[in-house]
Amino acid sequence: MSDVAVIDVEGLTKTFGGRRVVDDFGIRVERGQIFGFLGPNGSGKTTTIRMLCGLLTPDSGRGTCLGHDIIRESALIKRQVGYMTQRFSLYEDLSIRENLDFIARIYAVPNREHAVGEALDRLGLTKRSAQLAGHLSGGWKQRLALAACLLHDPKLLLLDEPTAGVDPNARREFWNHIHRLAADGITVLVSTHYMDEAERCHRLAYIAYGKLLITGTAAEVIAHSKLTTWSVSGPDLFGLAAELRSVPAITMVVPFGSTLHVSGTDAPALDAALGHFRARPGTVWTPAEPSLEDVFIRMMDEAPDNFNA
Amino acid sequence: MRFNFSPARCWAVLTKEFVQMRRDRLTFAMMVGVPIMQLILFGFAINSDPKALPTAVLAADNSIYARTLVRAIENSGYFRVVQELTSEAEADRALAMGSVQFVITIPENFARKLERGERPVLLVEADATDPAATSNAIAALLTINQAALNRDLQGVLQGLQYQPPAFEMRVQRRYNPEGITQYNIVPGLIGVVLTMTMVMMTSLAVTREYERGTMENLLATPVRPIEVMAGKIVPYIIVGYIQVSVILLAAKLLFAVPMLGSLALLSFVLILFIAANLAIGYTFSTLAKSQMQAMQMTFFFFLPSMLLSGFMFPFRGMPQWAQWLGEILPLTHFLRIVRGILLKGNGMAEVFQNAWPIGLFLLIAGTLALTRYRETLD
Ligand SMILES: Nc1ncnc2c1ncn2[C@@H]1O[C@H](COP(=O)(O)OP(=O)(O)OP(=O)(O)O)[C@@H](O)[C@H]1O
Ligand SMILES: [Mg+2]
Repeated sequence: MSDVAVIDVEGLTKTFGGRRVVDDFGIRVERGQIFGFLGPNGSGKTTTIRMLCGLLTPDSGRGTCLGHDIIRESALIKRQVGYMTQRFSLYEDLSIRENLDFIARIYAVPNREHAVGEALDRLGLTKRSAQLAGHLSGGWKQRLALAACLLHDPKLLLLDEPTAGVDPNARREFWNHIHRLAADGITVLVSTHYMDEAERCHRLAYIAYGKLLITGTAAEVIAHSKLTTWSVSGPDLFGLAAELRSVPAITMVVPFGSTLHVSGTDAPALDAALGHFRARPGTVWTPAEPSLEDVFIRMMDEAPDNFNA
Repeated sequence: MRFNFSPARCWAVLTKEFVQMRRDRLTFAMMVGVPIMQLILFGFAINSDPKALPTAVLAADNSIYARTLVRAIENSGYFRVVQELTSEAEADRALAMGSVQFVITIPENFARKLERGERPVLLVEADATDPAATSNAIAALLTINQAALNRDLQGVLQGLQYQPPAFEMRVQRRYNPEGITQYNIVPGLIGVVLTMTMVMMTSLAVTREYERGTMENLLATPVRPIEVMAGKIVPYIIVGYIQVSVILLAAKLLFAVPMLGSLALLSFVLILFIAANLAIGYTFSTLAKSQMQAMQMTFFFFLPSMLLSGFMFPFRGMPQWAQWLGEILPLTHFLRIVRGILLKGNGMAEVFQNAWPIGLFLLIAGTLALTRYRETLD
């Protein structure tokens, strides 16, 4: 069954005030996949997700979501999609239980009380269920919102930065949960800014300035970048970084903990350029695997900024 | 403690405030628009001394005296004869409907009795539900006396020119004989309170969802616009009925306002009136970008409703253009209905002529609200 495309769109374009916020976007996401959606702020992730679930009408483009046309059949899509908004959009002046109850009613969830009770249990919020949602901390709000969008057993989850502000423990729990759901055949499209989360996705898409730059597995994305990376440690890395940045063969110098990641797309040229830096006393050079972060920063630097054009 | 005022910080707040004011175009427009509206309404539309009030004449005697007296009454400026009646039943109906404010009845044999010196009665019935609308006219009426007739009383009748007057002017204040203002205000208050709360509450209902960001979640669910609209409106219909019950109870217990007509009929018309207000409120809520704008639109609707409906000032005192504007407002018609039912004991037939304009308003506002409701965030 894994060849069934749950999301299959092409040519999606959305313009706001003359700016192409999403430009000729197309992806295929198969059933049971966890699809990571990455890109810098304002690159059009939220806008794309909104078009997928019928909240925004694309200016052009077409496609299907769960087999339904995204333009004509958004009402059918909405029933089977769980959408978690980037900004908390449950009712702050309703209690936790009341919020879940409301959502369950809207989706006509069978055996509602049981479903809500179970969701509260899973969240570990049963004792606090009478508390107002507005009084929850940021991370707990996120967790509540996720519980709410899972209530009606959606076939597709669209999660817009679901773990922003969530602590590491809860994030791990969250991802375990997502993987369990995916194993059960639920498809997940999740946007995130965390690289560790990107690595947990089956496939990734990177979007910048409204344009889809690449899709593939994390390994494919890294390989595609053709980056060669060296890791260097030693004294005065800050000064060294400034020097390295002025070398043409070096495309990128990124601080990485107590080391620097120095990358270039042309491995021999990079090697040659690094020659005399290697002789610096106290510096230790080791070849490194370029990280997703290196790759994405590189892609963002390269992408034409059509917003300012 | 040292006095600590930084002009630079204050300036920062001040400039920020101006920038925000400029961003919110509607608020800016309201700040200019409301004074202009008030100026026009108070300056031109409102007149607490209504003249040329529609009057019907039921003349069983068509003598020269009768005609002279009717002309004299008209000449006072307060009365304008618009209808000739043929029966008392017709007179009652015209007053109940509110199509005329006064009925002048000239009894049979008015001329003969006058000439015989029997002092016949000239009966003037006033629709006194709103004492303010009729008091000046009635005062003017009582000054029309003997003098008007003197020219007709010549020759042998010259003796009648002197005291006591040759006829008796009898004024009957119908529906509110003692001219108690509360009888008029308290029922009217039902309409005013409903207009304010219903329009305000619903106009905030949808705007609040947008402002708090909950609309995005709601729109992503399968819920339909009509479901949202009905779900948001019904609670306020119930609130409306509670308000009406409270006012009616107070009217009865505190002000002893008469309740002649059927309360069942009143509660039936109430649905229509409440729905009309909710529909306009809902329309506002789809137009406004913030709750603040929704409040301003409510105010913009409420102000003319108060001033042009006949609640605060007599409807017939206003110039024609203001009356036409007033006729559009649901409150104008509802005031006539509620006063008619409570004070005049009006039934279905009289109520209908003011109910259908409310229905039409509801239809238009409702359609507008539904077409304006967006199913997407575009
Ligand atoms: N309703 C709107 N009107 C005008 N411009 C908009 C609207 N919604 C989004 N935009 C613009 O579209 C662009 C893409 O926004 P979007 O929210 O999709 O980005 P994003 O990738 O989700 O960013 P982030 O990572 O910060 O959430 C932004 O430049 C934003 O300013
Ligand atoms: Mg976003």
